[in-house]
Amino acid sequence: MIPLLLLVSIVLFSILQEAPGGPLTPYLQNPHITAADIARLKHNLGLDQPPPIQYLHWLGRVLHGDFGWSQSNSEPVTQAIVERLPATLELMGASFVFSLAIGVAFGIISAVRQYSWIDYLVTTFSFFGQSMPVFWFALMLQLLFAVYGIPLPGGYKIALPSAGISTSDSFDFADRLTHLILPTIVLSLAFIAQYSRFMRSSMLEVIRTDYMRTAAAKGVSQIGVIFRHGLKNALIPLVTIVALTLPGLVAGAVITEQIFAWPGMGRLFITALSQFDFALLMGYMMLTSFLVIVCNLLADICYAWLDPRVKYS
Amino acid sequence: MATALPITPPTALTEEQPRSRNTVWRRFRRHRIALAGAVILILLVLIAIFAKFIAPWDPNYIDNAHWQGYPLAPGVAGHILGSDENGRDLLSRLIFGAQISLTVAVFSVFMEIVIGTVLGAISGYYGGWVDFAIMRLTDVVLSIPLLPLLLVITAIVADTSNKAALNFGVIVLIIGGLSWPSVARLVRASFLSLREREFTEAARALGNRDGRIIFRHLLPNAIAPIIVQATLEVANVIILESTLSFLGFGIQPPTASWGNMLANAQSNITIAPWAAIFPGLCILITVLAINYLGDGLRDALDPNMR
Repeated sequence: MIPLLLLVSIVLFSILQEAPGGPLTPYLQNPHITAADIARLKHNLGLDQPPPIQYLHWLGRVLHGDFGWSQSNSEPVTQAIVERLPATLELMGASFVFSLAIGVAFGIISAVRQYSWIDYLVTTFSFFGQSMPVFWFALMLQLLFAVYGIPLPGGYKIALPSAGISTSDSFDFADRLTHLILPTIVLSLAFIAQYSRFMRSSMLEVIRTDYMRTAAAKGVSQIGVIFRHGLKNALIPLVTIVALTLPGLVAGAVITEQIFAWPGMGRLFITALSQFDFALLMGYMMLTSFLVIVCNLLADICYAWLDPRVKYS
Repeated sequence: MATALPITPPTALTEEQPRSRNTVWRRFRRHRIALAGAVILILLVLIAIFAKFIAPWDPNYIDNAHWQGYPLAPGVAGHILGSDENGRDLLSRLIFGAQISLTVAVFSVFMEIVIGTVLGAISGYYGGWVDFAIMRLTDVVLSIPLLPLLLVITAIVADTSNKAALNFGVIVLIIGGLSWPSVARLVRASFLSLREREFTEAARALGNRDGRIIFRHLLPNAIAPIIVQATLEVANVIILESTLSFLGFGIQPPTASWGNMLANAQSNITIAPWAAIFPGLCILITVLAINYLGDGLRDALDPNMR
């Protein structure tokens, strides 16, 4: 894992180095900064040294928890990210739990009632979910609920995240929730589709096994067979798929945050992108890659732990 | 870049052909929705090819005679689906957008499949340190979330020589050059098992060179999952390109792509919902058709694949 992380950082560092002005790109657009200033900055920041040396300096600072200075936010990168992290984790966490719960439930129903109308409904839904462009889905929901003001069943009003979210000093759970609904649905759709589809085929495989028949023959109720014996085994392969879809969650969060003006890391990233804030982009890319690598590792560990037949050398 | 590799079609193979084309076609035909998907896709391709003749307006023509600063409603002044915020005919832009979106997708996927197949084949066939090196490379690419990475690279390219540099070819190179790892892993997995089979040993015993064994004997046997993956990847790349264009880092205006048509739609959504509805609907229908087609192909080519 550590070697992989190092490789990723080297690749990212070399790619970002390709920007015309390197880490000083934002300054190049400033008319008050002369070429002499740039040269002095370059020397002071050690940017006149060869890239491998610069990389080692960067690595040394990162190991001390210092990701550099974000020019677009005028604050340290670590601080900029830490400030936005809760909002992103809130959105990603909510979507993750929501899509996992709905996806697994849809998959089970679909498998247990294979070839019924509900199975066709779930399968069709999952095809639509996988084919839906996230940003357009978000626009359409905004159109329906914010522009045309269609109320939810029960008369709940949907609030747009950007409009009137309560500030942090007066944390209002209900208010937060109304702002979370639309972004969560948008971000979850593709994952519900994938999870339900995978859960269906995994469950179908398990249903046909001998131990399921044995359990039923011993007089375990249908619900008991499906949940106590079936679900546990069907969930094992899902662990891998869930881990593999997590990079998609990061990407989806970027789009969702941008469209709903959600004050998280994804928007921070897009803003940094338009000004080419080297330190922040590097920090964001490293953090998300780290997240992906850790999730993959967790999936492997969980997999071996859940299924004693799997052994890693 | 190796684009002209002698990949022979599966029909050129005689030694091990599990099922005839007829069986595949018969199985595919049974999958009604996949068939519908194929028909829709063929229609879209035809529309894209003959865009110049089908589109009622020039896609970049600003209808100054009627446009007064806000989008024209559908049906006004011969604009069947209305106009965008600059007074350009929406339907014509959608038709030319199909051209861009489909060609970007097809070329990107072609590139991705060629790179992925070659690397995966070498990795699976030779094993050892070559395999180790290629697999670490795929690990690295797969560890970096694709969309942010694409955005960073397109931002760098755009900054180097202004946004005009983000033309069709550059987008294809960037997407195709970064999305091959899944294909490489897929091909490697089939090669790992195929290289142990008797016919491989026979081919080797006959004194064939490695290149010939890989492309003439092993690859045709691994082609089914590659075809399915390629189909599904076309759908993925259409979404990817439209997302990039939507965020302003893909195909640049005035060239119409379904993604960049939506870029300004959000701010105008209250006065011109049609400008937001139709481009997205095109993406959805196209991607849906391709996904169903891929599903049908999977069932037809290899029923045991999932």
